[in-house]
Amino acid sequence: MGFMNLFKHFLGDDWGVHPDDRKRPAADRPLRTMPVPEKLYLPLQQHLGGPARPVVLVGQQVKKGELIAEAQGMISAPIHAPTSGTIVAVTDITAPHPSGLTLPAIILAADGRDEWIDCQGCADPFALDPAEIGKRVAAAGVVGLGGAAFPSAVKLTGAARSKVKTLVINGGECEPYLSCDDRQMRERAADIVDGIRIMLHATGAREALVGIEDNKPEAIAAMQAAAAGEAEVHIRPIPARYPMGSEKQLVQVLTGKEVAAESRTFDIGILVHNVGTALAVRAAIRDGRPLISRVVTVNGNCANDPGNIEVLVGTLAEEVIAFAGGLKGDGIGLARRVMGGPMMGMQIPHWRVPVVKGTSGILAFDAQEVAAQEPDPCIRCGSCVKACPMGLLPLEMSARIRNSAYDEAVGIGLKDCIACGCCAYVCPSKIPLVQYFVHAKGELAAQDRNKLRNDATKKLAQQRQERLDREAREKAEAAAKRKAEREAAAAAKAAAEAAAKQASETAGATEGESA
Amino acid sequence: MTPATLTAQTVASPHAHGGNSVSRTMFRVQLALLPATLYGFWLYGWPAFFLWALTILSCVAFEVLSLKLMGTPRVKATLFDGSAVLTGWLLAMTLPPWAPWWVAVVGGFIAIVIGKQVFGGLGQNVFNPAMVARVALLVSFPLPLTLWVAPLPMSTLPTPDFVSSLRIFLTSLPVPDAMTSATLLGHAKTELARGIDLATALHAGPDLSWIGMRAGSFGESAAVLILCGGLYLLITRVITWHAPLAVLAGVAIPAAIAHAVDPGRFLSAEAHLLSGALMLGAFFIATDYVTSPNTTTGQIIFGLGIGLLTWVIRSFGGYPEGVAFAVLLMNAMTPVIDRFCKPRILGRDRKGKPLDIPENA
Repeated sequence: MGFMNLFKHFLGDDWGVHPDDRKRPAADRPLRTMPVPEKLYLPLQQHLGGPARPVVLVGQQVKKGELIAEAQGMISAPIHAPTSGTIVAVTDITAPHPSGLTLPAIILAADGRDEWIDCQGCADPFALDPAEIGKRVAAAGVVGLGGAAFPSAVKLTGAARSKVKTLVINGGECEPYLSCDDRQMRERAADIVDGIRIMLHATGAREALVGIEDNKPEAIAAMQAAAAGEAEVHIRPIPARYPMGSEKQLVQVLTGKEVAAESRTFDIGILVHNVGTALAVRAAIRDGRPLISRVVTVNGNCANDPGNIEVLVGTLAEEVIAFAGGLKGDGIGLARRVMGGPMMGMQIPHWRVPVVKGTSGILAFDAQEVAAQEPDPCIRCGSCVKACPMGLLPLEMSARIRNSAYDEAVGIGLKDCIACGCCAYVCPSKIPLVQYFVHAKGELAAQDRNKLRNDATKKLAQQRQERLDREAREKAEAAAKRKAEREAAAAAKAAAEAAAKQASETAGATEGESA
Repeated sequence: MTPATLTAQTVASPHAHGGNSVSRTMFRVQLALLPATLYGFWLYGWPAFFLWALTILSCVAFEVLSLKLMGTPRVKATLFDGSAVLTGWLLAMTLPPWAPWWVAVVGGFIAIVIGKQVFGGLGQNVFNPAMVARVALLVSFPLPLTLWVAPLPMSTLPTPDFVSSLRIFLTSLPVPDAMTSATLLGHAKTELARGIDLATALHAGPDLSWIGMRAGSFGESAAVLILCGGLYLLITRVITWHAPLAVLAGVAIPAAIAHAVDPGRFLSAEAHLLSGALMLGAFFIATDYVTSPNTTTGQIIFGLGIGLLTWVIRSFGGYPEGVAFAVLLMNAMTPVIDRFCKPRILGRDRKGKPLDIPENA
């Protein structure tokens, strides 16, 4: 909130919000690596797309990095054992989701040896065929580590096919509280740049633009030093503003290009990946190692010792917090548990929920931080309109959704909403606008599913009716045919008889004549 | 830990909040009104204070009554959002400083019950409640609503003390002629109606004043202090510059042109800007969230409309002052403006169609 921001505010160039980032002191503490926990809980659905299919049996011994569930479908990702041990169960566990519903997972008991399988690394990735890189990334189960967890290989191969020219690397980390990307950029800048170069090779893009928010000067310096010798990797400091890390906003700020609605960045020759993903891609190609761990920020007023921790995928949040120093007063004053960032992360019902590939943060908030309050009526102040980075009218959409006029809400842009939460963040009446939008999108999806089901049912009923009609028609035709045949036969018979009779009469007559 | 804290209620993101609230916004607007209000007390003495206090009090009382009658469960929370106080305050600012007590009560009733609660309470009203009350009072009781006392520091008569002020306020005694004065706009209108040229009429008429040394409503005259309040609201981001500037421009531009063409018939832009409720209207009424458009383009159109209508009413209408009428007319236009002025959605054109994908991207 400086003078420049005030100036921009007067000019009207003021999309998004400027939340207090709360990244320090967690961001300034070195990365810690958490030891292997006793048990790991690996949900089969850790990514966007189809869930993985288990390929192990209960009781089976696996080594670290061994495939335990394979990708299923076009958009999916495999899952690998984060450590060596025994598969103890394939069962339902609490999902990292606010609903607290369960989802199937593989439970692995660690044997403590932490023994790797043979990893097929590659000394010179730039000699590899780009398609081969895509295959290896897919096999390593790499997904976008920024939070959405979209299978990375699908993006890489798609980008190569669409001939993208620019690779945008998202080092924005605009979510408050989170510093996992910041920390990795500071400590692993050279590896990130190497990963970016591998991705450039895989996609055929000519240059990479790394966008880093200017509230991370150390990360910018480290990355600039690491990229100093690379002509095609450009480090670009960008203003700190939420949601700068959102794909469309980041692309616009870095390249000046606007991604059209209902299309993807590919269509304007751009591919976006997260810095963490660049590291995972490097590990998959250089070392042949699958994605089995990630860096998670533990933060929030209730966290005793906030910081960034490298944890194995499948570790329970409870154990991560315990390793990070536990909660203040053993959890007294804890108001909300959140996985991900405060703006777009989700509330979780308890801490016995595993870290998955897309988990960027584990946040323990006190009552003052969440500031939960009964909403007041909307005073039409328009703060949400100014804050919306997509140019929507959140107050109008929520008014329509309140009246269940979902189609009208879609008509004024509901489908363009990215659920970034800026509107609810600035709302003086504390109206849970995002909740309205998520609810409406859910309702619309349910309506679509219903419609599909109804259409399918209708089609089946129609087909049945057609079949019945056809059968009846065929029956009738057959009956008519038989009748016709009978009649024809009868007629023929009659004709024959008549002919015979006539013949005999004629014969008689002839006889008579002749007589 | 109790079970209540274990089973958390499901809440959608975001899990953080910027800290703004309805009551904070209302408080800031009240703070911005304070300098002009205190100055008004000094200008017009105790009767003005009584008027101000009773207007606010009656607005709050009618708010409580309405909420009770409607059976709203959140009476206290609604009351503490400060919106009723603000409505009363703004209404008091626009009333003649020595208006009798029943003006305050009737005004409070019209503003809160008819202007706001009938529509469904905070956020639902189409018209600005204070302006509804102002206009209803003016149309129904023209005499007490156009009786202007000259600022006391300008008067030769002694300032009324507390008790005699209370008597003035409660008994509606006729104000001595020596204390009353015409407003500039009123004077101009009467003289023009008598066929007297403005150049001659204003020669002996009331002066303009940036610091409120002129007859007028209790809180409308000190342009400098209102401007300061407005700047405070701009800096604290309660309001944006679009609507206020558009209102001022909407009056000043036609006024300047007309005055240049026929100075004998039309007042100057300066006279328009420093008269009546214009400054207050621009910064505090046209920026009312509920009754103004919610996009910046819409606010500019809305402001220009208010300004232009004000000038038209002042120059050609039957009443000398037109801000309140102009505001109400533009309030009615707000839904239409909102319908046509929408921000462009990222990735779409103005009509809502996705942008074309360039061929050679």
